[in-house]
Amino acid sequence: MLSVLVQVIRRDLLLAVRQKADVLNTLFFFAVVVTIVPLGIGPEPNLLRAIAPGVVWVAALLAAILSLPRLFANDHADGTLEQMLLSAEPLSLIVLGKAIAHWLVTALPLTLMSIVFGVAFDIGVEETGVMVAALLLGTPVLSLLGAVGAALTLGLRGGGVLTSLLVLPLYIPVLIFGAGAVGAAASGVAYAAYLLLLGAFFLFALVLTPWLTGIALRISVE
Amino acid sequence: MNSTTENPPVARMNAWWYSSPQTFYRLAGKLAPWFAALAAILTVIGLYIGFFVAPTDATQGQSYRIIFIHVPSAWMSMFLYVVMAFWAAIGLAFNTRLSSMMATAIAPTGALMTFIALWSGALWGRPTWGAYWVWDARLTSELILLFLYLGFIALQAAIDDRRRADKAGAVLAIIGVVNVPIIYFSVQWWNTLHQGASVSVKGSSMASIMLAGMLVMVFAVWMYCIAAVLYRVRTIILERERHTAWVRELVAGEPLK
Repeated sequence: MLSVLVQVIRRDLLLAVRQKADVLNTLFFFAVVVTIVPLGIGPEPNLLRAIAPGVVWVAALLAAILSLPRLFANDHADGTLEQMLLSAEPLSLIVLGKAIAHWLVTALPLTLMSIVFGVAFDIGVEETGVMVAALLLGTPVLSLLGAVGAALTLGLRGGGVLTSLLVLPLYIPVLIFGAGAVGAAASGVAYAAYLLLLGAFFLFALVLTPWLTGIALRISVE
Repeated sequence: MNSTTENPPVARMNAWWYSSPQTFYRLAGKLAPWFAALAAILTVIGLYIGFFVAPTDATQGQSYRIIFIHVPSAWMSMFLYVVMAFWAAIGLAFNTRLSSMMATAIAPTGALMTFIALWSGALWGRPTWGAYWVWDARLTSELILLFLYLGFIALQAAIDDRRRADKAGAVLAIIGVVNVPIIYFSVQWWNTLHQGASVSVKGSSMASIMLAGMLVMVFAVWMYCIAAVLYRVRTIILERERHTAWVRELVAGEPLK
């Protein structure tokens, strides 16, 4: 079982490395969105410090949504997805592997980039640490829930926008607690509860979403 | 042009008699007008109690009367989502067309109830809280409910193959049902500006005439929702079964597209 997981992750990572443009575009988008907000709002440092967690999180959400079609669309186009559905290995495992690879390629670099933006918004060391922790716990949920959305809208016209409409309401709790954690740290209030809740969402999504994504894939591909 | 279709030839009645679109079409056609009439009567009674009989509130004055619209629509918005998810799940699990048609029929009415709840709540919030909107747990989760309804409708609209649309919508509806307990318990779990539960199975903290008016309005809105959904599902049945003999007979004489 583990070897199947590793193989799926390896394959997706290899594909991502060969088509770097896709991946780098997403990270670039994240950077651009986070940058243009202060340009629109003005450079007043206290204001920027206050809105920083929200801005970084919203940009992370949008970047995650932007990268979702890549999860299944390429495999669907060349027939690999059908082979995965026919495979003797559990579909949940294959889906989990793809979601992990998606997270490694999209969210992990994004989380590391957010450290730079923590400095750019001047939010302080402990707050930046909390932000990184919250992103590390929350972004897997984005990949996992996004996989369900991507599977449901596979091959549909209106593609990316429809996926974002479906997936954003499900992302909202992650956003609220993720940004809330950093906000609590900035106010000097205890933030552990926020991180624990994010961890709970992660575990909940980890258990349920591969199965749901498998169902959605079978619905979309048959 | 309604309930004159013949029933399909079947040996005897069974428990699943009405799970066929053809038989349910007739049943819905017979029941819906009664629910609509009941809704109209109860609305008149409820609004009369609410606007003329119930006394002025001690703290809120007259503005509390919006409760007679806000609470029924809010309760129905949550209830309809659960019912919609239930029928969608049945359709997904047992591959029954009619169950999925019911889920599709419920979604617009549910979205309307959610919108009315949000809008009436905003109009109530202005005189009492001083704000049309606050980002507290209950209001935010009710807004998410509206987005979930709209997402369900959008997903089904984007898929041409009706069976795929049914099943994809079902998966989405089932995932979203986790939001309904969040809305319900949000006033217990978070410090929120929204009022806590004043009505429960054990009793209520409202004056009994206000409670009576509110419950009459709840039933009125419930009857309206049932009537609207039954009329809508009849249209959906005709649309999706338009290739069958019984529908062609029903609309005989009119050019079929």
